[in-house]
Order: sequence, then structure tokens, then C-alpha cells
Amino acid sequence: MALPPRWTFLLHLLAILLLLSSTKTFGSATDTEAEEEEFHEELLLKPLPDRKVLAHFYFETGAPPSNSNGHHHHLFPKAISQLVQKFQIKEMELSFTQGRWNYERWGGFDTISSNYAKPPGVELWAVFDVPKEQVDASWKNLTHTLSGLFCASINFLESSTMYSAPDWSFRQASGSLRYGTLPREAVCTENLTPWLKLLPCRDKAGLSALLDRPSIYRSFYHSQQLHLTSKPSDLEGLNLGIVLEQTLTVVLDPSSQRTSLTHISESYLQPSWSLSSIFGRKVNGKCVLAKSSNVYLQLERGLVAELKKNENYGADYIASEGFDGETSFELSVNPDRVLKEENSRHGIGSSFLYEFSVEKYSNSKPFDLGLTWKFPVIWSCQQAPLHSSRFLMGSGNENGAIAISLKSTDLNDSSLGANGASDGCELHVNIFQVVPWYTRVYYHSLQLFVDDQPKAVGDFVEKMHVLPSKDKISPGMMEMVLKLPCGVKSAALTLEFDKGFLHIDEYPPDANQGFDIPSAAISFPDFHASMLFPRNDSLKKSPMLSKFQEKSHVLSYTEVLLVPLTTPDFSMPYNVITITCTVFALYFGSLLNVLRRRVGEEERLLKRKAAGKTGRLSELLSRLSAKLSGRSQEPAQSPSNSSSLINSKLLLKVLLVVAFAVAWQYYFI
Amino acid sequence: MDEKKRGFWRWLISSVLLRLILIYLPRNFNLASRPEVSTPLTSLRRLAEGYWLKQSSISPYAGSMYHGSPLLLSLLGPLTVKRIEGQPDHLLCSLVFVIADIISALLIRATGQTLQMAYIQSLKSLDIVDLLKSSDLLSSGDIAALVYLWNPFTIAACVGLSTSPVENLVVILALYGACKGLVPLAAFGWVMATHLSLYPAILIIPVALLLGYGPDTPPRKLFLQKGYGKNGDNHSSDNCGQQETYQSKPQVIFSWRPVIHFLLWSSLWSSYVLVLCIISVKQHGSLWEMFQRTYGFILTVEDMSPNIGVLWYFFAEVFDFFRNFFLIVFHLNILFMMLPLAIRLKHRPCFLAFVYIAISSMLKSYPSVGDSALYLGLLGLFLDELADMQFSFFLFCGYIGVSLLSPVMHNLWIWRGTGNANFYYATGMAYACLQIILVVESVSAVLNHDRKLRKLSVTKLQDGKS
Repeated sequence: MALPPRWTFLLHLLAILLLLSSTKTFGSATDTEAEEEEFHEELLLKPLPDRKVLAHFYFETGAPPSNSNGHHHHLFPKAISQLVQKFQIKEMELSFTQGRWNYERWGGFDTISSNYAKPPGVELWAVFDVPKEQVDASWKNLTHTLSGLFCASINFLESSTMYSAPDWSFRQASGSLRYGTLPREAVCTENLTPWLKLLPCRDKAGLSALLDRPSIYRSFYHSQQLHLTSKPSDLEGLNLGIVLEQTLTVVLDPSSQRTSLTHISESYLQPSWSLSSIFGRKVNGKCVLAKSSNVYLQLERGLVAELKKNENYGADYIASEGFDGETSFELSVNPDRVLKEENSRHGIGSSFLYEFSVEKYSNSKPFDLGLTWKFPVIWSCQQAPLHSSRFLMGSGNENGAIAISLKSTDLNDSSLGANGASDGCELHVNIFQVVPWYTRVYYHSLQLFVDDQPKAVGDFVEKMHVLPSKDKISPGMMEMVLKLPCGVKSAALTLEFDKGFLHIDEYPPDANQGFDIPSAAISFPDFHASMLFPRNDSLKKSPMLSKFQEKSHVLSYTEVLLVPLTTPDFSMPYNVITITCTVFALYFGSLLNVLRRRVGEEERLLKRKAAGKTGRLSELLSRLSAKLSGRSQEPAQSPSNSSSLINSKLLLKVLLVVAFAVAWQYYFI
Repeated sequence: MDEKKRGFWRWLISSVLLRLILIYLPRNFNLASRPEVSTPLTSLRRLAEGYWLKQSSISPYAGSMYHGSPLLLSLLGPLTVKRIEGQPDHLLCSLVFVIADIISALLIRATGQTLQMAYIQSLKSLDIVDLLKSSDLLSSGDIAALVYLWNPFTIAACVGLSTSPVENLVVILALYGACKGLVPLAAFGWVMATHLSLYPAILIIPVALLLGYGPDTPPRKLFLQKGYGKNGDNHSSDNCGQQETYQSKPQVIFSWRPVIHFLLWSSLWSSYVLVLCIISVKQHGSLWEMFQRTYGFILTVEDMSPNIGVLWYFFAEVFDFFRNFFLIVFHLNILFMMLPLAIRLKHRPCFLAFVYIAISSMLKSYPSVGDSALYLGLLGLFLDELADMQFSFFLFCGYIGVSLLSPVMHNLWIWRGTGNANFYYATGMAYACLQIILVVESVSAVLNHDRKLRKLSVTKLQDGKS
């Protein structure tokens, strides 16, 4: 009697095993090359020169192109796959950002700054795989869907005044790309929660468990992104292979989160931090559904070079690839591997990646990476060739000018100087700028200053594409390729604009705050931000590192500009309508009066006045009596004969008015 | 007489010199960006933008910047980009506008002389010549031309880089041609004026009347009475033999021939203009786009940037639901008064044209001081008729007050932010009221003048009979 339950249990086990194996064989039999859906989670940590820490969460979910399970997915979020299938999205990126990426201090020449540093607010771009005339309709539907999915006002991007279709400056896509930004969108937990829901483990397990809301929203900069790439399958084009990348880039200040026990001497030191100190949480093992779960610590080129200089163990350090000889900082957890960047072009140094696998950690033994500095280090990040900034010029609410200024950074001199070409070399700069219609830009007023000298536009602008704004229909867009000499110290271009006046309903509730001009995107097609690592099997496993290896243009966004516009008096519509109509009535009435005044009558009046100056009262009385008598006589005569006539006339008039009203209703409304 | 003439030329040259000095002043007091001077329709800056777009092979109407004629674009566009070293920007355009102003003034002068001749002629034929004051220093044509040239509004429009001098020129050209009986010229002026700013289309009535009846005269009835008084049975012969008696007696009967000629010529000119337009826009756009961007823009007051009119604020504040209704009402308001005025003033077609121009420049969607300059210049033509106009001093002060207050209020609102939109709107309102008073009073003054003439001629007749 004690045996049966055990037997049944064994039987159950057997059955489950059989079932599993059968499904597996069945699956492999039907489509051999079909891959599994995969999920990877990764976290990159990087100390920044200005005592901050960058944390870059990277989650990738991939759905292979397969027809085996129809519309069902194991890991891949169904909402996203439906989205892709319904709107035929080739590629899409949605980012919610708060704060501004500091290109000078946090770097402007690496993959993170050019791919994951985004303009504040919401930025959405999508490439559709539909005929060109349907792109706009797809975009509109997509914005509505996304706005529902992410609890954000992305649906405002639906209006044609809010999005544009860049041709080549933003991304190569012939006509099927749409780009829109909402600079003033406030980003909050309500946007993060739906984003986390797309992850298989949510924020319950794995690296995403680190996402402590208060510490994220306290950060200097955070950008939460969703990047979709779909490859149409060769067979039918029905089921797509989709890769969903979700990234969250946070810049945190570890020192602010510590209680101020630090000594004054320590203030020269970079702040030491650990995962628990910056997020307030530890990693309790990986998300079970994840294929890989890694944490990386990156020491960038500048820092490594500085360390080398400080410690003076140069070649030894690199050769050993170890950290036992290291003296300036200490890691609380031993890395599983150290990756050294293969340096190809830049002779500055190569960055190091320490890899930690989370798989071996568990609830009982949580993973808590800490970094303690022992010696003060000062280094700087690698900069984009030109540092770009944008500002407004002019005063008053009538007109102004937008200026984009590009200043060379030290990188420009060194790297291009190293290239050897001195005179012939050119630096290409792509500028992509969208201006809303209420800033009416005069494109003919484009002025270019190179090294503070006004220059002819034609000499430096290689290619330019302008789509002037249409009032209340479409925003203005400017795409431009500047061709600057390499030794350029600074370049600036200015565009004058007039400020438009909006209808009273078009102003937002806080009209006096001003209106935003979205960030301009400035990219350098000659420069590619990529890190090359030695070819290795383990690299293939890590999608984030393979992403880092991809060549991408160095891209930076400029500031969002705030343009104050004049406002009408919002409390006045009735007054304005009545006063204006009064003036019109005055004009109409008085002019008509002048025209129909009869001379004869006037003269008669004058004569009467001359004749009967004596008794005005009597005159009035007589007039009154005449009127009274006239009235008393009238009803006696008229009703019988005139009523029918009047009635028929009245009826005709009423009928005319009715017919007019009906016609109006039918044709115009 | 020679001295008078010399005086006129002296004043003309000095006005040109003043313009040149103003052009060479640095930045022209920012006149080019004043909303009173350059409206979306007349701004030369927008024209330059349109030309730039055209040069970079985009339709000039692609954005909502340029709303003018494609012909003006190809005429003035090349001048906007041409810079002469050491000279102010847009010097060539300014010179074109100065020349346009001078030509308009000369045409006004010629028109005035014709009108005055006709006036004297008709008074002579009515035997009431004693009404004419021989103390007039200058003829009304000279005065009108000088008023046009020295009007601060004209100077501002000319120096402030707006295209209104050219628009005014073609309107005056139409009137001049009609006055002189030059049918092709009148048709050309009317077609071009309509093409450039749409509102002069209503001038077809005065121009047709001018061609049909000849220049302004006292009411026809008077001549008939006179005819009856002189020789009662001569009337019928007067009717059929009018060709012979043309010199001695003012024309009484509407002659259809020049009017039909005018219509033919204007259809010819308009098809010519249309062909030119098609040629100039066909590269990048279509004729339909041009109509939408020019006339559509005028009729559906799209741009609500402030100007001296009243419609901008009205349409910025009015509820969207009623927008179409009020658009129709306001534009019909111009058309409504056309017929009554034409009936009442048909014997004075030139004055009728002046009233039409004044009304349309008051009620048009994007008025500027250039439009006011035109009708104020024409006002000088009717010096004799308007001699006892009421409120003229008040109007004069009002115009000065408004033109001083309007920039101040604009500055307070736009630049300093201490005032609000109502301040500027109030000056616009006051300006509209002044224009209304001007129109109403001038019309009533002319009607009174006719009454006076009639009275005089009737008494003369009675005197003669008795």
C-alpha cells in the first residue's frame, strides 16, 4: 500500500519525459533549422570621469522565423510580434529619456553614446515594409498602438505636424522611414512598467531585478529603449524573425547615495561603489529563461591609459591581462574573464572588459559587484570629432535665429593628425534638424561661419535637402552634409526664423512656457564607433558585445530649444468677436445710410424746420396722433386683403431660407 | 505755370532723395520686419525665400513662406540675391520700388490733370464756373502725386522692402489707362493688379464705368436738365449725334464699345498672364497649387500674425466651428457695398474706384500701410469735390496718432512683453474706425457736392429763365 503513490509518480515522470522527447523530435522533424526563441540579459557598468557610474541594461529577445507554432511564442512578447506583423515594421526604435547625455564628460565616441544616448522625451522612428503611400497610415496606427502599450502620449505623433520623413541624414531608408519626437514628454514608472512586462522574468528575477525605481528616477540621465528589427522570412513573408532589444541606460551618482561618511581626503578619489550601493539591490541569480546572463565592467581607453601611466606597468599589465597586479582599484568579485579590445585605429589605448557570469549565483549567494578605488585617477572620455551644441539667438517674440555650433575636440586633432593627411582631408558632418511649423525658417538666410569667418555656403555644404514647413500641416526639415576641412577649429551655422501665431485652441495649457524645437541629430559618417574584440566563441553568445562590434556612425543629439511664442489674450474671444463685428456693422450701416439719404426729404425737413420753429411739442403731438390714427386706420383696411399676400410672401421667404439651410447642411457639413 | 511745374519737380526729386537717404541708412529702422509694412503677401524676405526654394529646385510654394505671384518672383527674385559690395543689401529691389513710386506718382498726376480738365469742362457746360476757385496754387493732380510721394506710409512701404509699391503701380496704371481711354493699358493694369493681390478685381466696375462714361462728372441729370432748359427738343439729337458733340458736351450715354474692348483685352492679358504663370511654375508645381497658395491664402486667412487689420485677431480667437461662416461674411462685406456704391456714384467712376480701394484695403485679410498709401494718394485727386468734407482734421490727427501708437503697442506686446495682444488690437480697431469714417465722410461729401452743384445749376437755370 505504500508503493502505489511512488509508482504513479514514476509513471508520471516517465510520461512527461516521453512527451517531452516526442515533442522535441517532432519539432526537429518538422523544421530542422528553426531555432529556439532566445532571451539574453546583460548589464554593462562603466565608471565615468565625473564620479558617476553608467549602467547599461541590455535585454534581447529573439523570435526566429518559423511557422511551427503560428502566432504563439514561448518568450517573445505577443504584443510586439502582433505589432510587427500588423504594421509590417522593418525596424523601429522607441526611446523614453529623461535628462541630457553629457557628451563632453560621458563620452561621445562609443557605441553607447551614439546608439543609446537619446534626446529628452520620447523619440520614435520606424521603417515600414509597406508601399510608400501606406506608410503614413501605418505610422499613425503604430503611434496609437504604442501609446496604448506604453501609457505615453505617443499618439500625439500621429498628427502630420509632428513627424517627418528624413531621406538620408538620419538613416538610410528610401521613403519608408518616419521620425517623430515629443521633447516634453515626462517619463515615469508608468512607462517603465509596461516595458518591463515585455521581459520574460519581468523584474522579478535576473538582472532586471536590479531596476529599483527610486534609484533609476533619481539618476542624472536615464533612457529606456525598445529596438525592433525584423527580417522577413524567405518563404512566405508571413512569419518574421524578430529581434527585440530592450535597453535601459542610466547614469547614476554613487557618491550621492552614500551617506556622507567620506573624508575630505577621499574626495579626490573616485567614489567606490557596488551594485547594492547604487541600486539598493543585489542580483539573486539569473533569470531562468535567459540563455545568458552576464555583467560586464568596462574600463574605457582613457582610463586604462591613465592607469598605465600612473602605475607604470605598461606592457606588463596588458600582457598579463590580469588584475592581481592591479593596485589602483579593487573588485569585490573576481571576474570570469577579461576581454581586451583589439585596437585597430586609435592609438590611444584599448579598453578592458571584465566579464562576470551571474549563473553561479543564487539567492543564498547573491551577486554584488563592487569597485573600490585606491588611488585618485583623473581621465577623460573619448569625444566625438566635433562637439555640437545648438542655441537660439535674438530677442523678442517676433523673430530669432537658430545657431548650431560645432567645436573641435582634441580627438579631432590627434586622430586626424595621425592619419597624416593635412590639407586634402575632409570631415563630413551630417545634420538632421526638424523644426515645427510655428518657427518659420528662412532657409535662404543660412549663414556659415568656419573658424569664426563668414563663408559662402556653397563651398562647405556638400548636399542639402530642405523640406520647408507648411502651416499647420507639416514641420520643416533640413538635412545637410557639411564638408569641413580637418583642421577646423569651429564651425557654426545660423538660420533665421519668424515666429508664427497660433489659433487660440492650438496653444497648450501652459502657453507661456514656450514651445520646444526638437533636438537636431548630428552624425559623422567618417567615424565609426565600434569596439573590436578578439574573435572568440564566447563573443557570439553575448548579443550586447556583438552589438558593440557593429560599426555605427558617431551620432550626437543637440539640446532641445525652448522658443517662447506670443500668446493672444485667452480670456477675450467673445470680446474680440463682438467688437470686430461692431466695427463691421458700423461700416456697413453708416455707409449704407449715407448712400440712401434722400435730398428731397432733407430739404423738406429743413423747410419744415424753418417754417415751424415755434412748437416742437405740437409737431410731435401731431405726428404722434397721425401715427396713432394711421395705426388705428390700418387694421381696419389691411388685414383682409394684405394678409394673404403677406402670408404667401412670408411663406416664400421661409421656404427659401429652409432650402438654403438644407443645401448648406447637405453640401458643407 | 512754369513755376508751379518747377515746384512739383523739385518736390518730386527731393522725395526721391529722401528715399535714397533712408535706403542707405543702416538697417532702415528695421522697417522690413515691421508688421505694418510687410505682410505675408508683400514681404520681400518671403519672396527671397521663395526664390531660394525655386533655385534649389523646389516649388516656391512648397512651404508656407511665399504667397505672391510667380511673375513677381521671377522679376524681383534675381534682384534679391544680387549684392553689390559696399552697398546695402537689397539695393536693387529698393531702387525698383523707388522707380515704381515715381511712376505711380506721375500717373496719378496725369490722371488728376485729366480729371480736372473734365471737371472744369463739365462745370463750364453747366455754366457754374464761378464755383472754381482760381486761387488754387497747384492742380489737384500735382497735389495728389505729391501726397502720394510724401506720404510717410508710401515712404515706409517703399523703403521697408515690401512689394506693395509694385501692386499700387499696376492699380494706378489701370485707373490711368481707363481715364485716358487707353483700353489695352487699363486691361493690363487691371489684370496684373488682380493677379498680384486679388482684391483689385472689384475695380472692374469703376474701370468699365470710366471707359463707358468717361471721367468723373456731375450727375447726368443736370446735363439733361440743362439740355431741356436750353433747348427742349435738342435732347434726341444730342443722343444720336453724341460723337459730334463729344467735345462740347460731356458724354451722357454709356458707350459699350470700349467696355467690350476692355473685356476682350483683359481676357487676352489674363490668358497671357496665365500662360506665363504656367511656364514659371510648371517645373516644380502646378497652376492649381499656385492658386491655392496665393488666392486661397488670401481668402482663408491662414496666417494669423498681427497686422494693422482686424481679421488676424478675430480669426486667432474665433471658434473653429464658425471660422468658415465668418470668412464668408467678411469677404461678402466687401462685395455687399459694391452695387449700392456703383449705383449711387456711377457718374464718378474715379471716385468710385477710390472708395473701392479704400474699402478693400480696410477689410482685406492682410492689410499694410502700402494699401493706405494708395487710397490716401488717390484722395488728393478729389480735392475740389471733397473741399467741405467733415472731420478732416480729426481724421488727420487720428491717422498720425494711430501710426505713432501702433509701433509702440507692438513693441510693448512683442518685444517687451509688458503689454498684451489687446493693446495692439485696439490700435488696429482704431485704425479701422478711422478708415470707416474716412470712407463714409468722403462719400457723403461727394454726394453733398453733387447736391450743391445741382442746386447751383437749378438756380442758374431759373435765373436764366426768369
